[in-house]
Amino acid sequence: MSERPVTSERPERTNPTAEEAPKRPWRELMSTTEIDTRLLGMVMALAVIWIGFHILSGGDFLTSRNLWNLSVQSASIAIMATGMVLIIVTRNIDLSVGAVLGFVGYTMAMVQTQWIPKTFGLGFGRWYTWIIALAVGLALGAVIGFIQGFIVAYVEVPAFIVTLGGYLVWRGLIFRFKQGQTLAPLDDTFQRIGGGSRGALGEWKSWALALLACIAIAASLVISRRRRLRYDLPQRPLGVDVGIGIVGCAAAIAVVWRIAINYPSPITGAPTGVAYPVVILIAVTLAVTYLARRRRFGRYVYAYGGNPEAAELGGINTRRTVMLTFVLMGVLAAMSAAVQTARLDAAVTNLGIQNELDVISAAVIGGTSFSGGIGTIPGAVLGAVVMQSLRSGMVLLAIDSPSQDIVVGVVLVTAVAVDAALRMHRKRIVAGVLLTGLIVSAIVIQTGRA
Amino acid sequence: MTDISTTPDEATRRTTPLVELRDIRVSFGGLHAVDGVSVDLYPGEVVGLVGGNGAGKSTLMHTLTGAHPADAGEIRINGEPVVIRNPRDARNHGVEVIYQKLALADNIDAAGNVFLGRELLTRSGSLDDSGMASATRKVMKRLNPRFTNLKTAVKSLSGGQRQSVAIARAVHFNARILIMDEPTAALGPAETAQVRDLITQLKAEGIGIFLISHDIHDVFDLADRISVMLQGKLVGTVNKSDVTKDEVLAMIIVGKLPGEATPEELDELHR
Repeated sequence: MSERPVTSERPERTNPTAEEAPKRPWRELMSTTEIDTRLLGMVMALAVIWIGFHILSGGDFLTSRNLWNLSVQSASIAIMATGMVLIIVTRNIDLSVGAVLGFVGYTMAMVQTQWIPKTFGLGFGRWYTWIIALAVGLALGAVIGFIQGFIVAYVEVPAFIVTLGGYLVWRGLIFRFKQGQTLAPLDDTFQRIGGGSRGALGEWKSWALALLACIAIAASLVISRRRRLRYDLPQRPLGVDVGIGIVGCAAAIAVVWRIAINYPSPITGAPTGVAYPVVILIAVTLAVTYLARRRRFGRYVYAYGGNPEAAELGGINTRRTVMLTFVLMGVLAAMSAAVQTARLDAAVTNLGIQNELDVISAAVIGGTSFSGGIGTIPGAVLGAVVMQSLRSGMVLLAIDSPSQDIVVGVVLVTAVAVDAALRMHRKRIVAGVLLTGLIVSAIVIQTGRA
Repeated sequence: MTDISTTPDEATRRTTPLVELRDIRVSFGGLHAVDGVSVDLYPGEVVGLVGGNGAGKSTLMHTLTGAHPADAGEIRINGEPVVIRNPRDARNHGVEVIYQKLALADNIDAAGNVFLGRELLTRSGSLDDSGMASATRKVMKRLNPRFTNLKTAVKSLSGGQRQSVAIARAVHFNARILIMDEPTAALGPAETAQVRDLITQLKAEGIGIFLISHDIHDVFDLADRISVMLQGKLVGTVNKSDVTKDEVLAMIIVGKLPGEATPEELDELHR
């Protein structure tokens, strides 16, 4: 009642649009920048996880060394997660990626430790050894993907069954090589793919990469503006584009500087630079994003995932599209196999065990939906980083491995539940789920500390 | 069964039919879903294809769209015999379909749906999204000038807008023969009116339209001729101007041509 005189004096205050005003600039900015709000939410969740672990670990988490290691550890899962997105978008699943990784990794190790040096008698340490090993691995991954994809798409066996069978077959085949004994050491050059102390770009190349990222960001902004102008589509305000460019460029430079350059090599003491697995991940992310967003293949993948019948009636070769997602997945699993074997400097029989679960979790935490048609490549990469951050942070806190699994499991279900509630615009459920997940995780972390 | 429309109207006398389906047969196992049906369609004409559930209307049209080829019979387009084995063959002959279930990819925008399966590419082989958006805008200007949400996924569009997208797809690729399977089944009254306007407009442009419907009022408002099917067979084809709704209802339900049905049977329809 005491408000009355105020409102009568200044009637414009009671205007409902004036009340909404504080909310609107934010929304307007979000819509003009066309930033994916889901992706932004994930980045913020990641920030919370990082800062949380930093505080809990007494300042050990956000160090160059830890973040550099985190980047390398995330890379192999993230590489595969980009492919898993497309598989799940087409309403399929690939349970075999861990086994494929193990089998291909073992084969690549055979190529460089047995076949090239002994079977063909060419000896060790040839300049071409790593190239042949990698090429054989990628080709094998493609063939495995082709076989599984063919059975899924053309013979119409559910992907769950095909890849469950594949999981057993490829894992089993590892033991057919040399009774599954460990193969080591690997070729000197091949090892660098894994991002060891010599497996990084070094100082000046890392700066060059950061510069390249800046140029790429600027170029894509300019190209998009030009295209919109040419077709007379609504243009973003220039200030917004410049802002995105500056923020993006600053982020690239800051990440490279703080993480890669600031981390001195444990052996030489010189700045380590960006690790090769991370360089591979960047290349894979760009390539698969391009495939998904700018090529017919990607358009068909999403169209089929959104409505398989409509895609079929639209004259799309849906079988071929589904098969190709599996071929791509096979190639990416092979790429990760190279990273993991090179990092270990050995091929062991339990290579890639449980990786399928990590990869699927990364894609799902990254917003890929099992109902089909929804999922982004950058989201899945972020999902992999979130998972690895959780693991790495819990290792720093000396939490035992079973408790780590519990936390990752809780986070996975929480993430999907929050996502589902957000899609239905049920804010109370979002808050409830988020709170429950956080409390359960906190209890497990607190009680799991050794 | 005889075709009683022996005196074709002015539009049909001038030209050869766009489409002739002759003695089409389709069976599923022992069931004759379509049993020796012949219908035709002239440019700028709407032929309503009506009948109860399971009369074989959709199956008959599937032989023309390539969704399910005919077991026997002949299809002529512009007087030339053609073979249609799949949706792509049908498209190559200028046959476009607008499905009952609004066959759109929900998570893709309007332009992506208009060009689905026939995307425009840039020189490097990438999708030419801007080009497709611009072409879609041009078609939409003609069909539904109020339509502006070119960049949103079609699942957030209204039924009428979605139908506009489906029709834009047919129109952009210069369909000469359009098959509309219950085009207004999923729509509200205002949107239905919008689709009706569109049909009138397409007709004026010389496109031939088969309109599949079980709604007799819809068909009576839009069609020039009406072909009635019952249990896989053609009851007959009539000029709309020659018949009453009751007479068509009699054809649909008891399978009798106008004049054959007794007054008692016509009364029976209204019980």
